[in-house]
This record gives sequence, C-alpha cells and structure tokens, in this order.
Amino acid sequence: MSTQVSEPRIGVFVCRCGTNIAATVNVEQVAEFARSLPGVVYAQTGLYVCSEPGQKEIQKAIAEQNLDRVVVAACSPRMHEPTFRACLAQAGMNPFLLEIANIREGCSWVHTSEPERATKKACDLVRMAVAKARYLAPLTERRFPLKDAVLVVGGGVAGIQASLDLADAGHQVYLVERSPSLGGLMAQLHKTYPTMDCAI
Amino acid sequence: MADVGRHPRIRLLTLAEVTEVAGHVGNFRVTVRQKARFVNEKECTACGECAKVCPQLVPDEFNLGLSLRHAIYQPFPQAIPAAYVLNPADCLGLNPIACGKCARACDKKCINLEDQDRELKFEVGAIIVATGMEPFDPFDKGDFGYGRYANVITAMEFERLASSGGPTGGELLRLSDRRKPASIAFIQCVGSRCAEQGTPYCSNICCMNTIKDALVLKEHYPDMEVKVFYIDLRAFAKGFEEMLWRSKRLGVKYIRGIPGEVEEDGQTANLRLYVENTETGKIENHEVEMVVLATGVRPAKTTEAIKQLLSLQLHPEGFLLEAHPKLQPVDSPIRGVFYAGGAEGPKDIKDSVTQASAAAGRAARLLAQGTLAAEPYTVAVDPAKCRACGACLKVCSYQAFEWEKGKPAKPIEAVCAGCGTCAAECRFDAIEAHQFTDEQILAQIEAALAEEPESKSLVFACHWCSFAAADTAGVARGQYPARQVLIRTMCSGRVAEEFVLKAFALGAPVVLVSGCHFADCHYLNANRHTQRRVERLWDRLEAWGIRPERLQLEWISAAQGQRFVYTMQELEKLRQTVTPEEIEKTKEILRNPPRVAPRPEPKEPGEQPFRCLRCGKEFKLHYIPGKPQERTCPYCESNSVRLLVLKEAAVSASAK
Repeated sequence: MSTQVSEPRIGVFVCRCGTNIAATVNVEQVAEFARSLPGVVYAQTGLYVCSEPGQKEIQKAIAEQNLDRVVVAACSPRMHEPTFRACLAQAGMNPFLLEIANIREGCSWVHTSEPERATKKACDLVRMAVAKARYLAPLTERRFPLKDAVLVVGGGVAGIQASLDLADAGHQVYLVERSPSLGGLMAQLHKTYPTMDCAI
Repeated sequence: MADVGRHPRIRLLTLAEVTEVAGHVGNFRVTVRQKARFVNEKECTACGECAKVCPQLVPDEFNLGLSLRHAIYQPFPQAIPAAYVLNPADCLGLNPIACGKCARACDKKCINLEDQDRELKFEVGAIIVATGMEPFDPFDKGDFGYGRYANVITAMEFERLASSGGPTGGELLRLSDRRKPASIAFIQCVGSRCAEQGTPYCSNICCMNTIKDALVLKEHYPDMEVKVFYIDLRAFAKGFEEMLWRSKRLGVKYIRGIPGEVEEDGQTANLRLYVENTETGKIENHEVEMVVLATGVRPAKTTEAIKQLLSLQLHPEGFLLEAHPKLQPVDSPIRGVFYAGGAEGPKDIKDSVTQASAAAGRAARLLAQGTLAAEPYTVAVDPAKCRACGACLKVCSYQAFEWEKGKPAKPIEAVCAGCGTCAAECRFDAIEAHQFTDEQILAQIEAALAEEPESKSLVFACHWCSFAAADTAGVARGQYPARQVLIRTMCSGRVAEEFVLKAFALGAPVVLVSGCHFADCHYLNANRHTQRRVERLWDRLEAWGIRPERLQLEWISAAQGQRFVYTMQELEKLRQTVTPEEIEKTKEILRNPPRVAPRPEPKEPGEQPFRCLRCGKEFKLHYIPGKPQERTCPYCESNSVRLLVLKEAAVSASAK
C-alpha cells in the first residue's frame, strides 16, 4: 500500500499557456502560493510548459532540484497527460509520479470575468494536486504473454471474413460453427444487394 | 467459403459449439463440443450415393421446409465442408441391423455409424463473436395471415423460391396452386419498428432486400405487378437510392402505409390488403396473388448463451453491447473479445464484412504486441484486511477477481479495467485503486476544503464523461461562478460514501457526484453503483437531519458542456442556501453519526413517487426493484431524483 513519502521533493510548473491562462489567472501568484505548500521544493511559471523548451525546463528542474514528484498546473489532463508522462520518463522518472491541475478548461476559460476568484481557485487546484502528489506511487505497466490464436464463433459471412483476414495475416484460427456447413443466413440468399449477384 | 475449408491456418469445426471459456484476454482456455457427423469429412467426395438409398425423408431446413431431404444429406450444393452429414435424429437407427443402407452404399467407406461426439480444448489470445442474427418469425404472431394463408410467405422463403438452387428451380410459384403469380405485394417492417413485438428497432436490411427482390421480379417477369407497402423507405447507403429509383422506373409501385389486414379469397387463394395510404389519407384495398412479408431480424437464439459464456452484456434490443457505440464499435466490453456481423446489431452483408475485417484488425492488433500491456490503473488487495466477503466481485462488471470462499480476493490485473468501483465498495479498506487511492483522494478533499470551505462546492467528476464535459464547457468558454473544485476519478463508481461524508465533515456546503449517462458508462454499468451509494447517502443524511439535497447527482456526457455549465450555476444557487450554522451543525452530527438502517425498497415494479432534489418538484416514475435506471426530473432535468416511498421507515430508523 502506498503511503506518503516522508520528505517529498515536489516541483510545480504553472503554465501561462500564452494568455489562455495568464490573462485570467495570476500565474506568478499561483507559483508563489505553490512554494508555500508542504513538500514543494521548486515552483516556476512557463509560457507553454507543454512545448519542447517547456518540457526541457521540467527535465532540467528534475535533475537540478532532484525532484521526485511533478505537478503541472496547465490544461486538462485529458489533453497533455501523455505528453508530460513521456517527459518524466525521458528524465528517468516514473511517469506516474505526475499530477495535473487543470487551471485552463477548469478555471481560466470558464471564469474570465472574475480573475481574483479564478486565481484563488487555481491555488486550490494546485494545493489539491500537490496533496495528491505526496501520495503518488510509481506504477508500471504490466505485460502478460499472449497466445497467438483466435477463436471465431460463428461461420456466417462475418465469421468467414474475420477468419480469412486473421489467417492470412498469419494467425492460427479456430472457426466454430454450430450447423454442418459454413454460410449462415448469407448462403440462403438468392441474390444480394447492391451487386445483384449470388451470395456464395 | 471454400477458402476457409482449405486454409492451412484455419481449423474449421462444424457441428460444434463452445461450451466453456475460462481465462482472460491473451489466454482464453476454450472447450468445444463437436457433434458426431457420422461421415468422414476428409474422405467424402459428396457423390451422393448414400442419400440415394436412404429411405428417410424429412423437411429440408436450408429450403425452409419447402422441399425434402434425406437423413444423410448435403446441406446445400456449395456447403463447406463439402461432405455429407447424417442427422441421427432423422435416421431410422444407427444400428446397421435397423437400416445401415447408406454405409453399405458408400464405396469409400466414409460412413461410420459408431461415430461419437468429441470434446476439444485449445487456447486463444482473442475471440471474435460472429453468432449472427436470425429472421423474425411472423408465425408466432400470426401476422398478416402467415401460416394460415398459403400465399403469404416470408422474405427468406421468397429467397428460396426465387433461387435456381431452390425447391422450384428458381420459378416463383404460389404455394396454393404452384402457379406463377401475376401480382405480388411486399409488406415492410414485419417484426421491425414494433415495440409490441419486442422489436422496436429498424432491422436495417429489409427495405433494400425488398427493393432487390422487386428488381429480381421485374427483370424476370416484366409484366408482374409489384407493390411495396411501407412506413419509410430507408435506402441510405451508397448506391441504394439509385436501386430504389431503378425499381420505380421498372414499374414497382410504392404505397406508403402498412395494411391493417390481409384477407384470403377462399376461391382463388388471392389476398386482399386493406391499407390507409398515408400520402393520400384514403383507405384503399388491393388484391394480389401473393404476399411477401419483409421480415426483420432479431438476435440469434444463441446470443444469450454466448453472452453467458463470455460475461458479455446485451443492448436492450437483445443484440450484444459494444464497448463504446461510437469509438469502439467492434470491441466488446471484455478485453480481447470482439464482435463481427449481426450479433452486434442488424446489418447487411457489406456491413458484416466491414465489421468482420475491423474485428480481425482489432484482434490482430492485440496479437501483434506479442505480450499484453495492462494499464496500471488496476487494484491491489491487502490480504491482511480482506475478509473474503465477495462484495468486490459482486460490483465488478468484468469479473476481474479470482475468488474462493474464505480466501482473500485476488484481482486479475489483465482483466481489470480500472474503474475503482470495488475499492469504493470494500467496507474493510482492503482494496487500493492505483493512482486513485483512498489516501490520495482524501488528501485532495482535505486540500480543497483547507480554506474557506463554506465558499465552495466539491465536485466528483468521472474522467470519461463529466470531467470531459467540464473540458467541453471550457473549450466553449461557458461561464460559471468560480466556486467549484473538481476531483477526477476514472469512474463515478470510485466515489466512496466515505469521501462524501468527509467533505461534509470538513465543512463543504454542497457535494456533487457526477458521471456518465447510464448508456455511456465506460465501465459497463459501474455507475449504477454510484447511484445506489448516493441514494443510500440521501437516506442517511436525512435520517441524521442533514438536508439530502446538499448531495447532488448528475449524469453529464462528454458532449454536454452546456449541461455542465448549467449544473455548476445551479450548484452555486444551492450553495448559497446553506448557512454557516447549518454547516457547523453538520460537522457536529458527523463527528459521531448514528447507524442508519437501510430503507426498504418497493418490492413490485410500478409507478412510484419521486422528488427532485434540485427543483423540489414531485412526480411519478416507473420503478423496477433491483434494476437501477437513469432517472431524470421531468421539470428541471436533474438526475438528483429520489424515491419518496416508505419515507416513514427511514425516519423511524433515525429515531432509534
């Protein structure tokens, strides 16, 4: 079971996203707030954290600050989680030691008329991400052996096509048909549309 | 078909049924039972000498009983395997003393009357379910006189009568007098688009099949009068509309209206159709010499068996349910199991072939990896804490636990989809959902409510739908007050009751649990458990004297950015009704909350009173015990809809 790292070294990267975030949220204030959070040893803002130079900054900080957790406050994790995971992996960190605070779709873009509250909310989101990051544990994708064979149940037109495609692609196929012959409903059709030819 | 028979990498097992599938993606262990054929399929040359001497005659299934075959027979001339087969149920007796003529007639000695059923076992990495669909049988309903009037036939019977390999050698003849009909009517949507018959859906193929049949008739018999009675003509795919117009040019008449009644003339065996032509609004009657019912399709009878074998799920219409209706249309929800053809839904040959190739591609993609990658969002069970109650397995849509009575549950990493519902269900804190652990989520809740908790609402949002809807709202720049903080889980099923109570104990005025609509749940039906937990929480909150409406429930799809914005606005209105005193009182209550007995449920299905916890209105909805349904307030469309019945029981429980 995972437990909190006793002395985590968390780095927080607050993205301006050009003006997408920075026009509403005071990102410097968010970074300043992040520095005050327990476990955070480093926080900085970036123009586009997802860009190549932005990622280099993260990797540099991981090396120089000896970070063991990364929090990115930027767009939705549905957007760039894979990007930042790859960035961490490249820097030799486990890619699952990452948490994203969604301060764009979930904050700057939807609260444009109240920048102060939006900044406060962004701070809350970063605080939550940091809190979760303290408990993140390294994870590994597991791999299992595969049997290179396919069972196809049903020998109608679909089962026939799937079996031939797979067998032609080099896989062993077991085609199981309940009746005495292949063909299914298709075999009973006199002519078929749109070609007006016989089915078999 | 012949290619399958001779392909070196296809092992064709006919007369065979899958009886057991164990294991999981990458390593399914399959058991197949193959019935005795009594004819050596490799040696048989299909010379037919055996059938010539067979004294038994039975209706021929291939021709739908419109002709006869022998007990030993070839299903149809192009059958694969190209070998005869003996059906023991039709045979006089497999004992050579009883008959045995076929065995004596076979020069190659291919017939073995002592042949036995066999059981085969093998392992596969993936499974393609292509169990098909079957024609609707109008006999069950006595529709349009089918079964009573000789000249009312189904679309499949028409195929056999029109086929040169069929019982009439391709001459379309009336069954009453073996005469070519001078006029013929097709009635569309028989067993389609009719909820009463249990087939509310469009069968997809019948319009085009009828147009094709009409063309066949007009090409063979240009003088034949051909009428088609329809509701809508659905000629939607490439080249289809053109076929429709071609048939119209050849004189096929299309009449919009389904006959209310078909009557047979006792003298001529002709048929009279009474129909309201919905284009003219007039009642018409048409006399024809033959009627073809354009029968729809329904799930094959074997669908239920394969569903059971592979733990699949059915769409309400009875076809197999796909992992995602738009983005994973050939994947089943069970990893490594794919769909092809009519088993997944009504489709024609082209669509079946297309889907089959897609399914083959998906299976090949899986196998090409050599080894199988499993997402790390799986769960771990702490055997020291597990009490082997089996609750985790009960809520798992994927059966991703090995469970033996008295032993700690063992998650199957390769099968687990990572919804985390089991972790929310476990009462003994024995299950950890990786990347969404209790510790992590509780830490998020504490952080969210660390400062000015009274000023915000806490929102649990599932990754696939409601969190995505928040993104959609953002992309569209939908504006709502900056008063909510979101906690993302993969599935709303991960939201444990403990999380909600923790938020209230820390002073949250309002909590929202949100997820996918029932039809969209990315973990089959894990969000049914979300609803159940929220309903139970409502009961508990009420019993403790906490307003249940402070806990809201909403289903918001990824596309519903607007609905998300509106929900947030409504949430803020609700938050403003919660006073500091109320929050303090809640905290006080939750310091030592008394036990609350579960509220009894109505036992019978039927109309029940519900109340919307957003707008407060009361209304009736249909309720089926043990079958959770998505509920929506008819006034404000909120899903915070609570069953009102037996309220007294909950109140008395709180009094204890």
